[in-house]
Amino acid sequence: MLLVEDKQIVVPGEILAEGDYHSGRGTFKEEEKVCSSLVGLVAVRDKKISVIPLQSKYIPKRGDVVIGEITDIRFSMWNLDINSPYSGILPAAEVFGKEKRELNRAFDVGDVLFLRVVDVDEVKKVKLGLKGRGLGKFRGGILIHITPTKVPRLIGKKGSMINMIKDQTRCEVVVGQNGIVWVKGKPEMERVVQKVVKTIEEEAHTSGLTDRIRDMLMELLEEGTEKTETEETSKKEEEDFKEELIQ
Amino acid sequence: MIIILTSKSIGNNDKGTLTTSSTKKRRDGRDFDELRPLKIEAGVLERADGSAYLEIGDNKVLAAVYGPRELHVRRLLKPNMAILRCRYNMAPFSVEDRKRPGPDRRSVEISKLTAEALNPAVFLEKFPRSTIDVFIEVLQAEGGTRCAGITAASVALADAGIPMRDMVAACAAGKSDGQVIMDLSEWEDKEGEADLPIAMMPRTGDITLLQMDGHLTSDEFEQALDLAIKGCQIIGEEQKNAIKNRYGD
Repeated sequence: MLLVEDKQIVVPGEILAEGDYHSGRGTFKEEEKVCSSLVGLVAVRDKKISVIPLQSKYIPKRGDVVIGEITDIRFSMWNLDINSPYSGILPAAEVFGKEKRELNRAFDVGDVLFLRVVDVDEVKKVKLGLKGRGLGKFRGGILIHITPTKVPRLIGKKGSMINMIKDQTRCEVVVGQNGIVWVKGKPEMERVVQKVVKTIEEEAHTSGLTDRIRDMLMELLEEGTEKTETEETSKKEEEDFKEELIQ
Repeated sequence: MIIILTSKSIGNNDKGTLTTSSTKKRRDGRDFDELRPLKIEAGVLERADGSAYLEIGDNKVLAAVYGPRELHVRRLLKPNMAILRCRYNMAPFSVEDRKRPGPDRRSVEISKLTAEALNPAVFLEKFPRSTIDVFIEVLQAEGGTRCAGITAASVALADAGIPMRDMVAACAAGKSDGQVIMDLSEWEDKEGEADLPIAMMPRTGDITLLQMDGHLTSDEFEQALDLAIKGCQIIGEEQKNAIKNRYGD
């Protein structure tokens, strides 16, 4: 017997179904009852119930692409902060191969990299790598942090959302699975992207989001062009005023 | 931010289930089984992973949760599960006579028991080798701050997206003026005969904290426990509403 509807908000400990149902992600089974363990939205697929969390931390998984910041340089590896309970390591061999070179020549503390999770072992040691297309160091741009569970929403179906943002603002946008977004473009466009990404994060659980974001983008872009115009006119007025004073 | 308020409906109940010697009104005009006005708000802090603000009567409590995050203290690290650390702190201005800032014997005790009250509810095994940190700040105190702290911390944990078996709600019961009562105020706690704070998981009915000071006969204890459990159930509903309200449901 199902006790909740699809896409309903549930809280930890709420009973979702009784009897012949399987517990999926974000749920657990106790005495033939499927209960939610998270704050999130219910997703029912046949007899399997899961809860999609509204807020979470990134847990590294092999094969994910992430954005990380270098926090430390050790003898033969870099330590990286990947916005997760577990810090990542990038072995020097991943970058140089067998060749031996000074590590701080390649990347220094504070550098932001785009990486792939090569392996996560039993003791939660996260090994990262740079082998792959587009992976490497970022130069310039800004970083935006969002909840990792909302990354799929930001990308959209087959990249519909992210491509729309890229086309409209002419910014380079890279999204890591760990909820870090890198944006590079004109400074005012970077700000527009930041605003839009934050809105997507806040409204990720509502439907018809892509259309609303399209409208918002249009509005923001128009505003941007208008603002420069009004600024010019006000400057002119100011100059006129000054001239009057002199006279 | 959405605020929810409840107080009216709590007083209406069937008095047949609990028997007390008298049904005289309390000092603040409440019934023997009536909570103080309760308000819970989730997600009030921008920088914490999860947070909650709670008011019950004149108590004002703020709870913040960070984590699961990396643990650097190697001797505390557990290879198979996360650890839950709590810090309960009272602001110097929270009480009538300014309290000396910093941890004291009382706050160390409450920090420990808060962690122990929350522990059974959290799926700590999902985040091995990490820590979840809970900070409880009492901004204004008026009796029953440990219960308020646990209730707020549980909402903050849920807001942080930490998986839990159930919410943890806490409520006190006790005896004052010869009457067994729910949710003691500061005056009732100080002048009364007994205080019995409990924390429980409303769905399963598991009690995760039970303390008592003062004297109660075994009959009175049963009555007080029933009252406290009833209080927890009402508070548990409020916790759920607070979280759902955060997302505009």
